[in-house]
Amino acid sequence: MEIPKSFLGYKRENGRAGTRNHVIILPVDDISNACAEAVANNIKGTIALPHSYGRLQFGADLELHFRTMIGTGRNPNVAAVIVIGIEPKWTKKIVDGIAETGKPVEGFHIERSGDIQTIMKASKKAQEFSMWASEKQREECPMSDLWISVKCGESDTTSGLASNPTVGNLMDKLEPLGVHLCFGETSELTGAEQVCAKRGATPEAQKKFMKTWSDYNDFILKEATDDLSESQPTAGNIAGGLTTIEEKAFGNFQKIGSRKFIDVLEPAEEPKKGKGLYFMDTSSAAAECVTLQAAGGFNIHLFPTGQGNIIGNPIEPVVKLTANPLTAKLMSEHVDCDVSKILSREMNLDQAGDKLIETTLKVANGRLTCAEALGHREFVMTKLYRSA
Amino acid sequence: MSRPDLIIHDEKDNVGVVVIETTKKGQDCSAWIMENDKTVKVPSTNDVPLGHKIALKDLKVGDTIFKYGHDIGKVVKEIKKGEHVHVHNVKTKKW
Repeated sequence: MEIPKSFLGYKRENGRAGTRNHVIILPVDDISNACAEAVANNIKGTIALPHSYGRLQFGADLELHFRTMIGTGRNPNVAAVIVIGIEPKWTKKIVDGIAETGKPVEGFHIERSGDIQTIMKASKKAQEFSMWASEKQREECPMSDLWISVKCGESDTTSGLASNPTVGNLMDKLEPLGVHLCFGETSELTGAEQVCAKRGATPEAQKKFMKTWSDYNDFILKEATDDLSESQPTAGNIAGGLTTIEEKAFGNFQKIGSRKFIDVLEPAEEPKKGKGLYFMDTSSAAAECVTLQAAGGFNIHLFPTGQGNIIGNPIEPVVKLTANPLTAKLMSEHVDCDVSKILSREMNLDQAGDKLIETTLKVANGRLTCAEALGHREFVMTKLYRSA
Repeated sequence: MSRPDLIIHDEKDNVGVVVIETTKKGQDCSAWIMENDKTVKVPSTNDVPLGHKIALKDLKVGDTIFKYGHDIGKVVKEIKKGEHVHVHNVKTKKW
């Protein structure tokens, strides 16, 4: 197949391009959710992103909170942002981080005026932003404007056999066109960590990966109260035939094809070394991982599933593929790309990779994903430890 | 290129994955090895569902299970060729 050279995206002020054109209402903290949701109810064409944290956090955990909030606002799939927090200081810090991109952003705080006044003021601004964003048109953008993140979920052995290698095939075909790529799931590389480290493009990247993996593994071993036999692999993984974390890891690792990663990113960190593949240190829980990758600036996500994970994200469209013929049949409303014919050898990997590229481009051009049509908007902040 | 019952990733592997809805007890399964494109025959001792693994040879306690050509765990209960391989007879070496 000849790979298209462009897609239709929304060009942003900072030179990036979005596959979506969201106006988001971003609460800084848990207690500002009600306000944010009221504004999103008032003003059509906006979405609120409620979450559970943002108070009394400190140290690396607080830094991650800000990085995730700011990164979410900076994502090119977002046209404009209303930030609402309880107090002005942290609200302003997030507004300033987003404003660097040049996109419209305005902050509101609730203390000294209450919910109702804040909702009124923020709604007026949100209406302005929503109507402004609605005028934006899709324009032709080079493929290099695609920033593709990947993560698999509810994996089974069909993931390692077929759907993950299909993503790997796509990576091998699209990387030469200058796209940014990102994989994560630190703990789910356990057992394949040495093989994965060797895919670091430089000795520094390899060393950084091993340190990141070891730190995560030490943390798991410290907190574990049993052999993790129902956490990794999960009960769903085991039902699907996966027996050990090592087996899951080698399956997981198929997603990067024959690519090498150029750098290791902190959770929610924006890549700065140009085009190519990055590893991001993330949890292996689906919604946490995709939320972090979206905050890193990735504008379309590929999600292979075996037993049928149903995740979506409010700002980054999640394209789901499966090679499990039962999942494709019984959960068809969740499957954007069915590659189950690989198992019966009616389709080869090259054909499956082409099919996934076609699906990815349709979604990049505006087609709703299954998860978007079904209303999946899982926005889950990662919290590193207890608050002060 | 007939439809396989099992797929084996690598020539070095000692397990294959069921890729039909289920194997039947006593079924003589055709197993396709992806790495070298060869097809071999493997018996299925049990009814084994889609996605689950079957032993390609006799394995004793302490043996390593190879899949993708890599170590994916250790045998904790003796396994005969053709038997279902899963959490009841294999454990991780990691946790």
